[in-house]
Amino acid sequence: MLHVAVATRAFRRYSTYRAATLAGIFTNSVFGVIYSYAYMALWDANPTAGGYDQQDAVTYVWLGQALLMTIALWGGGSTDDLAERIRTGDVAIDLYRPVGLVGWYLASDLGRAAYHLVTRGFGPTVIGLVAFGIALPPSPLAAVAFAVSLVLAVVVSFAIRFLVASTAFWLLDQSGVTVMSGAFAIFFSGMMLPLVLFPGWLGTLAQALPWASYVQVPADIWLGKHTGADLAAALGFQVLWAFVLLTACQVVLRLATRKVVVQGG
Amino acid sequence: MASPEPAQHLRTYARIAWLWIRAAWQYPTSFVLLAVGNGLITGLDFVGLWIMFTHLEDLKGFTLPEVALLYGSASLALAVADTAIGSVERIGTYIRTGRLDQMMTRPVPLLVQVCADQFTLRRLGRLTQAAVVFGWACTHVEWTPSRVLVAASMLVSGALVFFGLFVGFSCVQFWTTDATEFANAFTYGGATVTQYPLAIFPREVMLGLTFVIPVAFVNWYPCLYLLGRTDPFGMPEAFQLASPLAGILTMAAALLVWRTGVRHYTSTGS
Repeated sequence: MLHVAVATRAFRRYSTYRAATLAGIFTNSVFGVIYSYAYMALWDANPTAGGYDQQDAVTYVWLGQALLMTIALWGGGSTDDLAERIRTGDVAIDLYRPVGLVGWYLASDLGRAAYHLVTRGFGPTVIGLVAFGIALPPSPLAAVAFAVSLVLAVVVSFAIRFLVASTAFWLLDQSGVTVMSGAFAIFFSGMMLPLVLFPGWLGTLAQALPWASYVQVPADIWLGKHTGADLAAALGFQVLWAFVLLTACQVVLRLATRKVVVQGG
Repeated sequence: MASPEPAQHLRTYARIAWLWIRAAWQYPTSFVLLAVGNGLITGLDFVGLWIMFTHLEDLKGFTLPEVALLYGSASLALAVADTAIGSVERIGTYIRTGRLDQMMTRPVPLLVQVCADQFTLRRLGRLTQAAVVFGWACTHVEWTPSRVLVAASMLVSGALVFFGLFVGFSCVQFWTTDATEFANAFTYGGATVTQYPLAIFPREVMLGLTFVIPVAFVNWYPCLYLLGRTDPFGMPEAFQLASPLAGILTMAAALLVWRTGVRHYTSTGS
């Protein structure tokens, strides 16, 4: 129950900034239009590139813009607060609370993601639908699977951002690591270009890394590219990474706790 | 009243910038990672274009070296502008925290202070990457003296256009401190557009990018000249040489908006 309360309050905290939300939707949509024309030119020249048709490609663009904030691709979200609290030392207070640190911040980040989904996610999707006729999920099953996949995407993204923020325990300033991890996230999530276009070993590698959970996997589910056992495997891939990375968060936190105790004398 | 020397402003700018470089160096790991990370973001950007071309012969008639020329020149101009005045984007924060008031009491022009504040060399990564791509693309151009001249003026004017866009759109924050992301659609959106040949866009978009947000002058028109290509939209050939004019006009418009913004500004404390 506590975690639900944390999540609802995070949701409310973000909903305070209405003008910012509208400005964000506008900006995402402008980028959606730019990339749509770029992809339309690509698929005009090669109508079957990566096993997508032109409508798949344009749909992919708008889904990417819609997910950008929900999965906090650029970083940000509750893990930014954590990094700041580590730098100032306030994290000591978090650590002696009778609640797990990872669970607390995850709940808060899920609340944030929910807000970004219903605003920054919904807005561009509708604009893409009206202006570019993007595809909708082909079946109710695909739609439900997409919803599940989206939650898993946020969890994987959270775990990676949590690990990045934790480097502040050692480096004090995590901004360098944040930028590095952001660079990988943009490239390997399929935000910049669908991973299905990546050639050879680079494609295989990109599809196996955790970042594929961010955009490529949910988008492929939305587009109906995964069915039956394949669908289960796609979701399983996300579950696996979520589990591995959340475990890593706990381990890192335990190591870091010792460090904090040492720092506090 | 004699206007204060621009050279003196530049010196002040350099001094404040140096201060911030030394401050950033206090966290050396972060400093290096930031530079490498920024180089990586833009580097992977170009890898993305390259991957696109593994599925294509050409993008609306433009080959990879030609797109690289467009990409490299715009990226270079953006990197120069962003390194020099990227901090102006944070003006909303200065207004909210009241730092702008402090700055106004100092005997240095406000714009110089705002631009030099939190100066960061992290963009060196992007600068290097853009220079490499541009250099490679240049080996595919058949150079003549007039093309060298246009290429040089393209880089300077491109930086001026981006200066203007960044300063101009940051001024939105004098009126609203909430909607800063709105400006990104025009600044970073404009920068993204320049990665592609404008031929991929409908005519209306191209007109907007010529007359409203003049990023077409950053690289599109001058690159057509460098490549000796005819304009697919049939715009006047004079446009291919008009980049300096576009740069100066954008800059002038931005300074005007800046002055209006500063006049309009009332401190959050009052």
